Amino acid sequence: MGIVEGKFSDNFVTSKVDSLVAWARKSALWPMTFGLACCAIEMMASGAARYDFDRFGVIFRATPRQSDVIIVAGTVTHKMGDAIRKVYDQMPEPRWVIAMGNCATCGGPYANYAVMQGVDEIIPVDVYIPGCPPRPESLMWGVMQLQKKIEQEKYIRR
Amino acid sequence: MVGVANTSRIEQQSTLHGTEELVINMGPQHPSTHGVLRVILKLDGETVNDLDCDIGYLHRGTEKIGENITYTMFIPYTDRLDYIAAPSNNLAWVTAVEKFFDWEIPMRAQYIRSMVGELSRIASHLLWLATHALDIGAMTVFLWCFREREMVLDLFETAFGGRLTVNAFRLGGLHEDVPDKFLQLTQEFIDIFPSRIDDYETLLTNNRIWLQRTRDVGIISAEDAMDLGLTGPIIRGSGVRWDLRRAKPYAAYPYLDFVVPVGENGDIYDRYLVRIEELRQSTRIIQQCLDQLPGGPVTCKTPRTIKPPEGEIYHSIENPKGEFGFYIVSDGTTTPYRVRIRPPSFINLGGLKKLCIGQLVADVVAIIGSIDIVLGECDR
Repeated sequence: MGIVEGKFSDNFVTSKVDSLVAWARKSALWPMTFGLACCAIEMMASGAARYDFDRFGVIFRATPRQSDVIIVAGTVTHKMGDAIRKVYDQMPEPRWVIAMGNCATCGGPYANYAVMQGVDEIIPVDVYIPGCPPRPESLMWGVMQLQKKIEQEKYIRR
Repeated sequence: MVGVANTSRIEQQSTLHGTEELVINMGPQHPSTHGVLRVILKLDGETVNDLDCDIGYLHRGTEKIGENITYTMFIPYTDRLDYIAAPSNNLAWVTAVEKFFDWEIPMRAQYIRSMVGELSRIASHLLWLATHALDIGAMTVFLWCFREREMVLDLFETAFGGRLTVNAFRLGGLHEDVPDKFLQLTQEFIDIFPSRIDDYETLLTNNRIWLQRTRDVGIISAEDAMDLGLTGPIIRGSGVRWDLRRAKPYAAYPYLDFVVPVGENGDIYDRYLVRIEELRQSTRIIQQCLDQLPGGPVTCKTPRTIKPPEGEIYHSIENPKGEFGFYIVSDGTTTPYRVRIRPPSFINLGGLKKLCIGQLVADVVAIIGSIDIVLGECDR
């Protein structure tokens, strides 16, 4: 780290505030479980024994007030839209959104009167995960993409 | 008003202290409503006085979609109705459409259909047990059940290429024969699975907390269950031996030997025991299918375009959750004129009010879990 290199004893690590904050934020992403349809089952499988999402610091919370990221897993209908927006508004900032599956991304196979064509019509989405439903590995990929995105964010000067 | 002989205790209290009923909202975003069910509860203290279900949060217009696409194209949509046991839905649709024709479905296909249907029953009951126990507060059961559920999903993946929405069957049989590895892995799975069921039972069956939460809670009598049209483990838990695999056999079930378990009291505990026994019976059925599996082709000769004759049919099968049926009206073209789905979850949910009134609010979670609903097929 340039001029401060080697100036301190071994117990010191020099870093940027941005990287430190980003590291802390990305290492403990607590998602809010918003299981709507089929994808929710795969989301549960991701949290269960074989895939063990806890390894990524991902611990599912049942309330928006304790969570950093909302995983919209499943078909978003027009009737559900209000509830999603309400839950999203309750989440403290910084907050991120993962649209899991084709339905949450773009309506999927349901192009009709009842289904919203993608959750991005009501809330801003950070990561889209394709699949119908995506495998747990895909969800992990999505979370890792989000972690990469969080790493690049600047906090001191926006 | 105080002291009047024929006013109830609650009325006296409410007059004395000015108390009133509390209306609370549960869902649609609630971890214990198994999806997006919304329940509006009217409470007197902790007791449920009245209850209202608000469904439709997952209404995807599946029936309307069915009117606009061909019979074969609708199979993947049936996957997404009861997505916990997708092959069972495929089976209901293909057997319903096949009823229009006099095709001779090869026996190998019939046996594989039964076998995969039972595997999906195991997958569904395991997910039910996992989430139901998690609602009541047992975390270990969740992890253990998902361990075995992943094994079943691996079997689906070996045979059909998909984990959850498998699109398993075709009109007239199967898309192609299952690989030998599938049969071998299925045998390995059912060799170990009975001991795993014993494991779940050591955690729950005699567990004091489990007994207190489930025994004598959410009781429904056989008469009430029949009047409400409930099907599946919930009516068998009340002591009615009604199983479409027995009553109206389809696929290879006429040739298979199995017991239809029933309960006695019709409470949550009995429904739990019925489902646990069904897991054992499913294992038995799969073993018989593997032993008796005939060779030969897996699909009969079907026309290139499926055009059923004009008319209407209703066909239902025993899904893990109850009677799952399709009512199809055909106008002689390649697309159905009307597709009506008879979802077990929707009709079983009709019993929720009967089950919950007079119970404590904490038991509502246990009762919803014991009905085992999937909103995908409930809202369609």
